[in-house]
Amino acid sequence: MTDERGTPVGRRVFLGLVGLGAAGVVVGARVQNWLEQVVAPIEAKDFTGLTSLLPFGNYRFYSITGSFPQRARDKYTLQVNGLVEKPFTISYQELTAMPAVKVERDFQCVTGWRVPNQHWTGVQLSRLLDRAGVKPAAKALRFVSFDGEYTESLTLAQARRPDVMVAYELEGKPLSSEHGGPARLYVAPMYGYKSCKWLQTIELTAEVEPGYWEQNGYDVDGWVGRSNGRDDAPT
Amino acid sequence: MITPVPARLPRFDRLERYAHWATATLMLILLFTGFSMYAGPLSQLVGRRLLMRTVHLYAGLLLPIPVLVAIALRAGGPLREDLGRLNRWTRDDRAWWSKRRRGTAQLGKFNPGQKLNATFIGASMVVMLMSGLILKWYNPFSDSWRQGATFVHDWFAIGLLFAIIGHITLAFRDPDALNGMVHGWVKPGWARAHRPRWYAEVTGSDDGATDAVGNVGARAAEHEPESGLSTREVTVVDPVHGGAGDGIGEREL
Repeated sequence: MTDERGTPVGRRVFLGLVGLGAAGVVVGARVQNWLEQVVAPIEAKDFTGLTSLLPFGNYRFYSITGSFPQRARDKYTLQVNGLVEKPFTISYQELTAMPAVKVERDFQCVTGWRVPNQHWTGVQLSRLLDRAGVKPAAKALRFVSFDGEYTESLTLAQARRPDVMVAYELEGKPLSSEHGGPARLYVAPMYGYKSCKWLQTIELTAEVEPGYWEQNGYDVDGWVGRSNGRDDAPT
Repeated sequence: MITPVPARLPRFDRLERYAHWATATLMLILLFTGFSMYAGPLSQLVGRRLLMRTVHLYAGLLLPIPVLVAIALRAGGPLREDLGRLNRWTRDDRAWWSKRRRGTAQLGKFNPGQKLNATFIGASMVVMLMSGLILKWYNPFSDSWRQGATFVHDWFAIGLLFAIIGHITLAFRDPDALNGMVHGWVKPGWARAHRPRWYAEVTGSDDGATDAVGNVGARAAEHEPESGLSTREVTVVDPVHGGAGDGIGEREL
């Protein structure tokens, strides 16, 4: 009878696939790292951009609103206000004319992906703060994106770090809209969600006001490797 | 032929169709919301990450429910029976994979592609649920497992995308078969040509098998009256075509 009914291949394939999935969870991290080393050189030479659709070490673009916000560089302005002596608004040209810093780090997302050795260029946030003159009552910063929704926060001490900047170049190229251009916040030692894209306003506040993802469960102090239950290598 | 063949052969009952279309709807929602969160070009078009994430989570948790409920119900008999058929691979199913022997394969209710597709999608649902739960409720898991779960969720998603594109494409290419899942019945001519063993089973006739591969059926028919060979012995005589013989009178499949 068994022979006439056929063999239970379906069950074997089913269990095999489930087993493959379980094994993938356990060893997937190692397989992925290996694959990324193999694919990176191919991707660098790929003119079609097809390999960038594969889930390997590249950026994944998250937007909390509809399509990605667009703003031309000559229309872009950045405001610094709140608890400051001299609130100001500067254009893209004025921002990029200020003394620049460069930082090279891995970019780590809290959802797990990491892009190695990214070169950022921008203006140190502390330089902008000095220009506005921070009042003693100010203890924190609130960042607002021109996407109309996203907000972020830092303490004043975090914002004063030398590796925190308003970035306008990535890998030597002007920051594209996907990456948060014309200019965005870049907080090198923290997970990507702290680096508010499409930066429009920097407001000095008396206390930390948790940002968008923080109101949805992420840690306010988003240090890479020391928050959100993760232990990635620090950036 | 004593029993007349009805104009419409019942293929999937109401419960099976509900289960299928509920699963299909959830699956399409999951593919759309999932890829809009991670596929570069699409995510730039759609955005709305928090909404996509919420919809994806609930659709994902609901995904296995329609099938599981349908299996558990008293009325789920036909579905349970069909799952049994999807599980079992006969010699004819194996012959079907070979181009040369495909024409001779006496298929039952499902062809091997359908069996593989159903198995892959079923297993993927388990894997996606498992890895998805790790991604959502990550606290008890190490980073390595979380990255592994992302890896598995990514690749099975790509596999599912292709499986489902294939499934839909083939369904549209064969409207007669699609009708089975839309309205629940198929034309007898389609069943006789493509699923002869199932045709024989539901019509209670053995001419399906005979029609599909006339010579095989005829050979079996020749043997029976004179030698009294049982259909099983025909199987032994002809390992490839024998499959045609051994299911003919068999209702219990």
